[in-house]
Amino acid sequence: MKLSIERATLLKALAQAQSVVERRNTIPILANVLIEADGAQVSFRATDLDIEVVDRAPAMVERAGATTVSAVMLHEIVRKLPDGALVSLIEDAASGRLTIMAGRSTFSLATLPREDFPVMASSEYSSNFSAKANVLRRLFDKAKFAISTEETRYYLNGVYMHVSTGEDGPVLRCVATDGHRLARIDAPLPEGAQGMPGVIVPRKTVGELRKLLDDDDATIAVSVSETKVRFATPAIQLTSKVIDGTFPDYTRVIPTGNTRRLEVDATEFAKAVDRVATVSSERSRAVKLSLDEDRLVLSVNAPDSGAAEEELAVAYGDERLEIGFNAKYLLEIASQVDRENAVFLFNSSGDPTLMREGNDMSAVYVVMPMRV
Amino acid sequence: MPALCRDCLTQFQAGPRCPACRSPRVLAHPELTQLSIAHMDCDAFYASVEKRDNPALRDHPLIVGGGTRGVVSTCCYLARIKGVRSAMPMFQALKLCPEAVVVKPRMPAYAEASRAIRSMMESLTPAIEPLSLDEAFLDLTGTARLHGAAPAVMLAKLTKDMETELGLTGSVGLSHNKFLAKIASDLDKPRGFSVVGREETAAFLRPKPVRILWGVGTATQAALDRAGIRTIADLLRWDKTDLIARFGQMGERLFSLAQGQDHRRVNRDEKLKSISKETTFFEDTSDPDLLDGHIWRLSEQVADRAKARQLSGRTVTLKLKRGDFQLLTRRQSLSDPTQLTDRIYRAAADLLGQSADKGPYRLIGVGISDLVGDDQADVSGDLLDPQATKRAAAERAADAIREKFGKDAIIKGRALKS
Repeated sequence: MKLSIERATLLKALAQAQSVVERRNTIPILANVLIEADGAQVSFRATDLDIEVVDRAPAMVERAGATTVSAVMLHEIVRKLPDGALVSLIEDAASGRLTIMAGRSTFSLATLPREDFPVMASSEYSSNFSAKANVLRRLFDKAKFAISTEETRYYLNGVYMHVSTGEDGPVLRCVATDGHRLARIDAPLPEGAQGMPGVIVPRKTVGELRKLLDDDDATIAVSVSETKVRFATPAIQLTSKVIDGTFPDYTRVIPTGNTRRLEVDATEFAKAVDRVATVSSERSRAVKLSLDEDRLVLSVNAPDSGAAEEELAVAYGDERLEIGFNAKYLLEIASQVDRENAVFLFNSSGDPTLMREGNDMSAVYVVMPMRV
Repeated sequence: MPALCRDCLTQFQAGPRCPACRSPRVLAHPELTQLSIAHMDCDAFYASVEKRDNPALRDHPLIVGGGTRGVVSTCCYLARIKGVRSAMPMFQALKLCPEAVVVKPRMPAYAEASRAIRSMMESLTPAIEPLSLDEAFLDLTGTARLHGAAPAVMLAKLTKDMETELGLTGSVGLSHNKFLAKIASDLDKPRGFSVVGREETAAFLRPKPVRILWGVGTATQAALDRAGIRTIADLLRWDKTDLIARFGQMGERLFSLAQGQDHRRVNRDEKLKSISKETTFFEDTSDPDLLDGHIWRLSEQVADRAKARQLSGRTVTLKLKRGDFQLLTRRQSLSDPTQLTDRIYRAAADLLGQSADKGPYRLIGVGISDLVGDDQADVSGDLLDPQATKRAAAERAADAIREKFGKDAIIKGRALKS
């Protein structure tokens, strides 16, 4: 294999590959990236056995071929090369080395045979559709903060992507929860997505997927089967196993009878929560919300370290209510609001509270109160 | 040299016998009246309580421990003569001493005796650091004026009172720091009283093996051995910087301890780090139903203790010992701390369910750690398990009933599974 490629193109292609590679793993080949050169194109493939990413880039291929080298090392080398450099990758099968040349720099990296590289089995996707990058970005970005890290409830360690029915008809819906808060985000159902099986997209995949979604107008081809999901742009293809488990029935978690309505400027609210929570040193900081006629008092009382209180002018017209929340959870859901006011719907101080942006039902959040 | 009669507490200038009562139990030491850090350790505590409560056992070797499959938790001195030791598997102990009487531990009785001893200690000083039911550090610094007697006298009185009032004997080590006091209490067991003064500290420690140093277990001992360090004299030949270079933080501690320096204070409320309970089965088992019942009962015991101490834990640990003695521990962090049986049980049962190992097991244990006060416990419900809040309320209600009508007034059916 012998090829030349522009440094910036190569760096971009390798960036995604090296982030999929697990830093600590016991199988040496999994630390490597598979480089395949053919025609006028080179592809870089990396996997951790659960996720596989293939990145294609144009290159001047003098001699077709394939080999594998350490993904992290190759990425580091390319990153440190000067901008605008032309990089040559030359495989010497006899010595088992890959030589990287750019300007006056020469590197030689140990290789492992391509035959040893585990290529993810291709599977039949029962559902294929395409969606705009910004739509997918919204779906996953707004849901991912609620993903659980609890390993015993592994079926919560991802975003549940499925087809459902929203206010205005069928939707593509992403739900994540850790048992304390829940995010349910809808987007109009893309054509061809009807009948898509619901899948739990693992946390790491959600992170990797995010890198494909920066360009607003890009179109992402999505393929889904019972066991795998694939997101592809013309250059990058991300394939991932999905979590083998059943996502709990979240619909019964979303309160429908909450009537006490609070409307507040989300940014001001978040800042105030952040300020009062400072005095608590506990790991789960509890903030008390005391609501009265158009008045919200946020308070924290930490017997060991101190107390804080802040008043906000809000729109609230119901009975007095005192309710406590974990400050971190409040901050996280308040930061999802970016256009309108945050609307909270309460029932009692022991029941789940619903939050949404204005009257927009396409993104709702549920948070469990805390005893204070 | 000041001396003290341990029988009548008369103080005099050293002689072989007490001038007042002619007792030979005389304690004489140049620094007798100046030392104030003590370690008190009861002699064969569980066995002594058993013998006290059942005098028929007095002249028989006695082993306290669980069943034929368990281990020796304590044995009396008669059994020790035969070579029986604590933590020895029961079958081995019975091979060494077939005539021994084996009784099951009666923890409530020991706790009761321990409380009585504790209250005696409390009349000596408030600075008590209990290490277990039967041993504690005491700091009597500055109490001489209050008691009108040196710490040594008060400690001798303590063991004397324990014998006359509780029928239990203990051994005391008196020195100028905890580390030496602890070593000293072991020198003259049973019914002992040993003093290690400042002057003699270096000479006293020099010939001792490094294993007596606090924090030196088998692993450190092996590492020291490789460096040619077997006794404290060997250790003293090393430079402090070399020790630190070779053994890290441990090296610094070894250096100070070898000099007889230990700056730890007698800590009244040594913070509890974890609460756990375990049980060894009569027969190895992998029966999920049986294990489930045990997990429930152990969770209940752990929760009871946490509730009594107003503590809660953020991490739940499941401990399993396989038939081949291989130990498996699995832990799970909770999103918020708990002291409820229900939550401890669910976490532990989940851990068992997800364990790839299928047993059989000889021991199972449940514990909580990462402890915090109970004001932060169980403050938020679970969205996905709306019943959890109700179960928590039911548990609190059951606790109130048990408080009023006794421990067995109400129990879960699950606790009967066996």
